[in-house]
Amino acid sequence: MSVLVFADQHEGKIKKAALEAVQYGASVAKQLGTAVNAIVVGEVSNDELASLGNYGAAKVLHVADARLNDIEPGVVTKVVAAAAEKEGADVIIFAHNFSGKAIAPRLSARLKAGLVAGAIELPDTSNGFVVKKNVFSGKAFAKVSISSAKKIVSVLPNTFSLAPVGGTAAVEAFSPAINDADFKVKVVKVETVSGEVPLTEAEIIVSGGRGLKGPENWGLVEDLAHVLGAATAASRPVSDSGWRPHHEHVGQTGLTVRPNLYIAIGISGAIQHLAGVNGSKVIVVINKDPEAPFFKAADYGIVGDAFEVVPKLTEALKKYKAN
Amino acid sequence: MKILVCISKTPDTTAKIAFTDNNTKFNDAGVTFIINPYDEWYALVRALELKEKLGGTVHLITVGGADAEPIIRKALALGGDEAFRVNADSQDSFYIASQIAEHAKAEHYDIIFTGKETIDYNGSSIGGMVAELLDLPYVSVAAKFELEGTTATINREVEGGEEIDSVSLPVVVSCQKGMAEARIPNMRGIMAARTKPLKVVEPVAADTLTSIAGFELPPAKAGVKLVSPDNVEELVKLLHEEAKVI
Repeated sequence: MSVLVFADQHEGKIKKAALEAVQYGASVAKQLGTAVNAIVVGEVSNDELASLGNYGAAKVLHVADARLNDIEPGVVTKVVAAAAEKEGADVIIFAHNFSGKAIAPRLSARLKAGLVAGAIELPDTSNGFVVKKNVFSGKAFAKVSISSAKKIVSVLPNTFSLAPVGGTAAVEAFSPAINDADFKVKVVKVETVSGEVPLTEAEIIVSGGRGLKGPENWGLVEDLAHVLGAATAASRPVSDSGWRPHHEHVGQTGLTVRPNLYIAIGISGAIQHLAGVNGSKVIVVINKDPEAPFFKAADYGIVGDAFEVVPKLTEALKKYKAN
Repeated sequence: MKILVCISKTPDTTAKIAFTDNNTKFNDAGVTFIINPYDEWYALVRALELKEKLGGTVHLITVGGADAEPIIRKALALGGDEAFRVNADSQDSFYIASQIAEHAKAEHYDIIFTGKETIDYNGSSIGGMVAELLDLPYVSVAAKFELEGTTATINREVEGGEEIDSVSLPVVVSCQKGMAEARIPNMRGIMAARTKPLKVVEPVAADTLTSIAGFELPPAKAGVKLVSPDNVEELVKLLHEEAKVI
């Protein structure tokens, strides 16, 4: 018995959510009195692979196949299944990110391994294997019991803070048979904004809503975000009206985010928006309407005109950062 | 073109979330149920657009009790041709996916659409499981689906952007915002839906791999701490010293 973590990478760098999954896997392995290994597919440097030891991985199986630099869910499912068999893994961990959503359900069906998607706590193994996750778009939690012998858990990004332990993992080449014919989904191109932190991994997010009146005022959000090293996001009306791209839309029909700090500017806080942000550790709301429902979900609030308050806050933070 | 759209019944997005039976059951008293928005706005409407352009049929499937029939009728009113209800009540994704895969095996669909997740259990699992059970390619969290001949070009969301995939039919796709614009059923559609076939089929034997042991509501927020707009330095101090997030 062991624990296996699928650690996904982008352009040779292991994603932060994958590091969190490795660390989660290490904790689960400790609970079960066993070891945790990781599997990485695609071209990644040995140093990057070995660094997974820093989050508890004993060994990293590496499928150094350039065809796997991008994810083909069907192929990767077979690869992870082969790795699980080789290592005798009963518990398989993914990040509940876009790769995890593509692969974990396939693997679950393939291995008949019960899946909990989006875990927010370590499993309770005192009586079975019970994992807590968000349901009703973050408005409640469910404790889900996995009854199958093999178990799959995908870990909600930004839920567990990384705590490096200072180890180095052994790297082992792994070469399961992979047929060209299995690549049914062909990746034509990947268009990502490079140099920016993806919203789902951001520690701080500054988000703007309709209260900003128009795209010409977006600089307010960007300036504040810049001082904080934060990512920027938008509410649905802002994304629907095209001020900001869809991939920045946070809420029930957009992204679910869980930063340490979420600053909402000119967003009233409709229940659909709250569903996407209520996992944030600290919420700050700036809105001129004292009745805005967002204040009920906030930790800190300023009732005031965003056009006056936000530049002042940006200046105050600049001073704070300078000291 | 033969398309299957998987439909799930969920509480309305503004429904009050509460539980009964010692926090083991969702309290549906006074709750309005709707078609899961991702299933309706994106999966179903994109299927209908493809049918209108290319011809063919759109089938609907749901796994649920008789209380799911009003939402299936609404999906028929929007333009689905024929519906199937697998008469089983389950919260286990694998069990549900097994029922859908069993139905799809005999029908040979070109495309199977699901929503990217349901807004109640948020599993985002059914599409991937159905694809694996049918040995079909799977593209998850898609924001765009274009078809040329039997080759689909699909934009799927990845961290910080999009990936553009090319895949030959048949394919399973989970859909999100961007795929299509929501529609409202018209009177003709509602009338027509009354007589469209809605077949009830009994479930096949399938494993249940997970079960819900209980629900919890998040602890109430302590209440917002308001800071004067003339004293933003106070907010900076609180974020640093009290919340410790900067």
